[in-house]
Formats: sequence, C-alpha cells, structure tokens
Amino acid sequence: MSAFINPSIAPSIGLSEEQAQLIDIAQSFCRDKSPIDQVRHLLADETGFDPKIWQEIADLGWLGIGVPEEFGGIGLGLGEVVPIVEQMGRTLMTLPFVSTVLAAQAILIGGTPEQKQKFLPALASGTAASLALCENNADWDLENISCTAVKTEQGLVLSGNKYLVTDAPLAELFIVSVLHDGKPSLVVVPRTALADTAMTREKVIDDTRRSYAINLDGVCLEDDAVMDIDKASEALAHIELAASLLLAAEMCGGAYSVIDYTLDYLKTRKQFGKLIGSYQSLKHTMVDAHMGYERARSHLYSAAFLFAQQGEGEIAVRMAKAEANEAFSFAADRAIQFHGGFGFTYDCDAQLYRRRAIWCSALHGDARYHRRKLADLML
Amino acid sequence: MSAVDTKQLSEFKQDAEAWFRENTPREVDFLLPLTFMEVGTDQQFDFLRDWQRKVYEAGYLGAHWPKEFGGGGLDRAFQDVATKIMAAERTPLMLNAIGLNWTGPLLLDRGSKEEKQKYIQGILSAENIWCQGFSEPDHGSDLGNAQTRAVRDGDEYVINGSKIWTTQGNYADYMILLARTNPEAESKYKGLSFFLSPMKGKGIDTVPIRKLTGEYGFTQTFFEDARIPASCLMGAEGEGWLIAMQTLEYERGARSGQAGGHVMMLADPGDILELARHAHINGKPAIEDPSIREELVELMTEARSLGLNSRRDKIQPLAQDRPMSLALGSKLASTDFYQRLNAFAIAMQGTRGAYYVDDPQAHDNGIWQRGYLNSFSATIGGGTSQIQRNIIGEHVLGLPKG
Repeated sequence: MSAFINPSIAPSIGLSEEQAQLIDIAQSFCRDKSPIDQVRHLLADETGFDPKIWQEIADLGWLGIGVPEEFGGIGLGLGEVVPIVEQMGRTLMTLPFVSTVLAAQAILIGGTPEQKQKFLPALASGTAASLALCENNADWDLENISCTAVKTEQGLVLSGNKYLVTDAPLAELFIVSVLHDGKPSLVVVPRTALADTAMTREKVIDDTRRSYAINLDGVCLEDDAVMDIDKASEALAHIELAASLLLAAEMCGGAYSVIDYTLDYLKTRKQFGKLIGSYQSLKHTMVDAHMGYERARSHLYSAAFLFAQQGEGEIAVRMAKAEANEAFSFAADRAIQFHGGFGFTYDCDAQLYRRRAIWCSALHGDARYHRRKLADLML
Repeated sequence: MSAVDTKQLSEFKQDAEAWFRENTPREVDFLLPLTFMEVGTDQQFDFLRDWQRKVYEAGYLGAHWPKEFGGGGLDRAFQDVATKIMAAERTPLMLNAIGLNWTGPLLLDRGSKEEKQKYIQGILSAENIWCQGFSEPDHGSDLGNAQTRAVRDGDEYVINGSKIWTTQGNYADYMILLARTNPEAESKYKGLSFFLSPMKGKGIDTVPIRKLTGEYGFTQTFFEDARIPASCLMGAEGEGWLIAMQTLEYERGARSGQAGGHVMMLADPGDILELARHAHINGKPAIEDPSIREELVELMTEARSLGLNSRRDKIQPLAQDRPMSLALGSKLASTDFYQRLNAFAIAMQGTRGAYYVDDPQAHDNGIWQRGYLNSFSATIGGGTSQIQRNIIGEHVLGLPKG
C-alpha cells in the first residue's frame, strides 16, 4: 500500500561513513557549545559569535572538509559539510562558518592556481572570509551586477555598493562580484584594502546574524586580485548551489528544533482543563509541519549525495532549498501561533526561528524562485 | 545483503526482464483495474487471477518466502528485483493483495506451522483469495470498538455481525476477521480475537457496494449465525487487537515481509508530465502556463520525497531522531499526495476536465477523473488521513491523546 511511487525511478540518497560520524560529533558539539542562553547572550554581542568556538571548529578541521588535501584541506565534499551546518541550525549557532566555506568553494572553482595556493590553506585553517554578492537590485540572479572593477595605472579600482555581507568586520578576505570589462567577474578583496568606514552594519531580521553594507568606491587592488575570468559564471553558479545546499541544511536543522520546542509547550501547557497538544487542530498541524520537515530532510540528504553530479545535483539542491524554505517557514510560523500570548513576546524562542527562516529564504532564492528554475530544468 | 550471490541476482534480473517483456499482456479489450480495490467484474477478476498464477509459477512472486510453504526460498533482494521490473513494465497488478501483503507476512511471522502449510501457497497462486474483515458499518476508523460477535460453541465459533469495505469480498475464500469474543473484557481491546475465517459457508453473505465511481470492488459482509471451525482462531482469544495492529503495520508499510509484486498501478510524475504536454488550458498546452509549471514542479518534488523518505528510513543515522516517523508517515504522505495529483490533473484539462470515463472527449479515457474519485479509498481506508495524523501526533511526536 505504501508503494505509490515506482521504486525504479526513485532518486538517490546515501550517507558516507564520514557524514554519519559528523552527525554525531556535530550534534554533541553544537548542543554543548550553543545552548539557548548562549544564543540569547550573543544577540546583544557586537560580533554575534564566540571566537573561542570558531577556533575549536578550525582545530576540528571542519573548515577544510571541502578543500582538497593539496591545499591543506581534508578533501571530502560539500556533502560532508551538510551534517555540521544542519546541527548548527538546530542550535541556532552562528559563526562565519558557511561564508568561509563558500569563499573557499568560490576560489576552488573560480580562482587562479596562484589564488588557490595562496588562500585555500588559510581558509581551511581558520581565516574567516565572506562573500559580497548582493546589490540593491534585490535580485537572486548573481550575474545581475552593477559594481565594477576597472583596470587603471594605479591598479584595479572598484566602485559600487554591496549589501548583506555577513560578518564583514571579522572576514580577512572577501569574494566580491563585479563587472570587469563588462563581464561578470569575481575578485578577491583583502580586508586590508577596505577602510573601516566602508562597512556599515545593517539591521536584518535575523537577530543572530551580523550583516554589513560595503562601499567599494576607491578600493584599489593588485591586478592579480581578479579570479579566472573564464570561470566566473561557473563559479557564480557553483556558489548559488553550494549556498542553497548549506542554507537548506541550516533550515532543516531549524525546522527540527522549532518543532521540538513547540511540542514541549503543547505537552505541558493546559487550557480548558486539557493539555493543548491533545486538541486536534494543533496536533494535526504539528504533524503537517513535521511531515514537511521530513520531506525537506530527505531532499537535503539527497542533495548532499548528488551535489557533485552535473544536472542531477542542481535539481536535487533546488528541490532541497525550496522544500526547506517552506518547511521551516511553516513550522516556525505555527510555532509562534501555538505559543499563544507567550509566542508574541521576545522571550519566546519561536520568533528567533521565524526570523531566521525569513532570512534564509530571502538569500539565494525562495521556493518560488527555485521552482521556476526547476521548471526550466525538468519540464 | 552480503550473502546474496550477485551473479545469481543479475542472471535472475535478466531472466525476469525477458520473461515480463514476453509475457506481460499488452492489449486487453476491457478496463483493467488500477488498484486491487477496483476489481468489479468477473472478467477483470478471472484475468487478474490467471495473471497472478502465471507470475507465481514463473517464480516472480514470493521468491523470498520459505520454500517449504510454496515460496521461492531466495533472498529478499530477488523479489525486490522482480517487483521493480513489474512496476517499470506496468504489468497488470497482483490480485490477491490482502493475502500477499498482509495475511501472508502475518502468517509467516506468527502463524503455526499448520496455518502456514494450509494457506501460504494458495495466497501466492491466487487459488485462495483473501479479504479483510476489520471495519464495521458503525465503527469505520475506530477498530477497537468492533462489535461483530464470535461465540464459542464446542468445536466451532458462531459469528454474528457485519463487516464493511470488504475488498473482493464476493470473490474471497478467506477473511482475516476481527471479532469480539468477550464483551465483558476489562478493556474493549482485550475482548477481541483474530480469525482466519472461511468466506464460503452458511450464514455468510456478501452484498456488493456501489462506489462513488459507479463501479464495484467492495462488499458489505453479513454473518448470521455463521459457524466456523474453532481452529480458525489465530493465537489466543483476546489477542485480536494485537494481531490486527500488526496487520495494519503491513498495510501502512511500517513492517516488511510482503510477497512482492505491485497491487496498485498509480500515476507517476512521468504520466502527469505527459498529460501537461497534451492537455490544453487557456488556449495553450498546459505545460506552457507559468502557474501550472510551478505546481507541476511542486508535485514532482513531493513525489520524489516519497521515494526518498522510504530510502532514508533504511539509513539508520538519518532515521533515528524520531523513530517510526518515516514508516508511520508514509501512508498519509502518499495517499494525500496521490489525491492531489489526480485533482491537479483534472484542473489542467480546461473544459475537458468535465468529461468522464468512456467519453471520446475525455483525456486518457478519464483515468484522472476516475483515479481522483477512487483515491479516496486510500485516504479513508486503512485509517483515514485524519486518524493517521492522530497516530503520528501521538506515537511519533508524543502528543497527548484527545
């Protein structure tokens, strides 16, 4: 009766030994280092994260997981990063982890051989980095760029503004998208090339995040800051998919926890003489939220499994991001509602998750965006 | 899996592919049931019974069931291969679904040797058709409240009462029957017993039920002082609820052991894509309409998740946070999905959505319209989707009972 879908067309999912181990290790690490009072404590902190934990993560080698061994990494794939980010999502742990991993991916795919030699070992061992891709056009298309890099006698001069650059003050280098000779390109900008006044903290919906606008006007770089021009489009496409995969992981983690958090309340809160979790309007909705989460998690680990495959990988990642957006948003939205009056307060954790779900959906495409892409890929 | 001889398995696969290519009936001049719950005419029944016997005799049904009772004695992997081929080839379905999927595995797991010897081979060959007597007219989803009485009288039990939604009841030789042996038991559950009851006999009557599609496939079954041998009792008196719950786990896909073969031939995303290319809405092929495209992708994503969920369930580190979640959720997820898929297929057809089976204007001879109406058998039968949500809410999420 359950065999509704022809098993011969079922797509792939699998788990490597490393992934299985990382689920366990990351689960206890994140639980230990990021209890909810620590998350709340960091809300008021200027940097938003604990540098001691960043160092521990570097020591664990997690930043080098997706970096080949020849560049000082461990030489696994992004699929092995997924369990870590998922567990960070469960505990709302915030670090420049994803941005640093993505910066390394950008250089790995789009960097020159010299840039790989120079930057990857540092990124694999604890140098924080960030990406400056978004502009004020609100577009998810990473090739819609108006910032420029122009070759002059003084060197490569940048201009324009970038937005939603996470953890900018702590990043030691930035991957910045620009138009160079009229074509989308990526450049590596060291922190030292930016004046302190070039960065302005943004007020973003997710209070656990630190995000900055960056003014690039007058930033002057060596000519070798430009990444491989011929690989810029490939690198941008790779960044979009890698970011979508890791955001999906973070959202699946968040969805699990917000459901758990709400279940605890429904099992203890009484109204009209009954535990409110016994009311079917709440119970059935929680089941729907849970089923949505399970769907999203299946897609997540399928995407982690297929990520490196041309074509199938992109389909799996876009499905995973779309499903995770919806599952997390729904679960967190209902979490606020089901906490009643308490849900309307800042003290209730439901809002932390709901705000994060909005943040994660707004970056690198919401469900509708990914479905539109999928339609072109599949129909 | 390591014990499986891969060479033997790949030979088996080749043979099976050739056999099904050769033997699958392609052209029949009557409507073939798409699920085992749609067998409404003698012609359909005879055709499907012959087909099941043929598949069994070729060694592609119950290939992994014990040899001494009529199975093939092979590893489960062999049957899985054959089942996949049947689904891919879209062969006619296996008729004796209740026997193959629920009664058979139940007997193999907890039946006596005599019971296995008596019933298993007939289940596989379709010589003995099985039906299920759980639901009653007044207690649809509330199985624990079953009121059909079984009273011990010497070497017999005397059965009185009525069961409803008996799939293939008018064709069945045996019924797995849940009946009350002790109305005074300390709980309603403990008063129930489980019988492997014959269906042909004095005092047992079946009346076909006309479904919402206008077709047949189910009966109501009446017991009026029907006498069945006491040896039909499975386990002990009072164990009925326990055994029935185990049976439902087979039905919900939460337990394995089924004989294999498919009992549903349902649309998959490939079919709906095909439809979207041919159906017209607003003057254009449906597949060109942006909102239809988005919904198609949504459904294809959801369809994929059903397969992924069942695969993930077998990967222990990815299935341990909430034990039983994926297994208990599969019925709800797949039946609700299938219903929406059919409804969407109708909505893609513009004015042609209004036609029904056998009209020349109907798309695909109306299978989507009929499929949608029939889909309610799965969202209502075997515990409604609403009951499924209670089960998942209580057993997986740990929420309190209402």
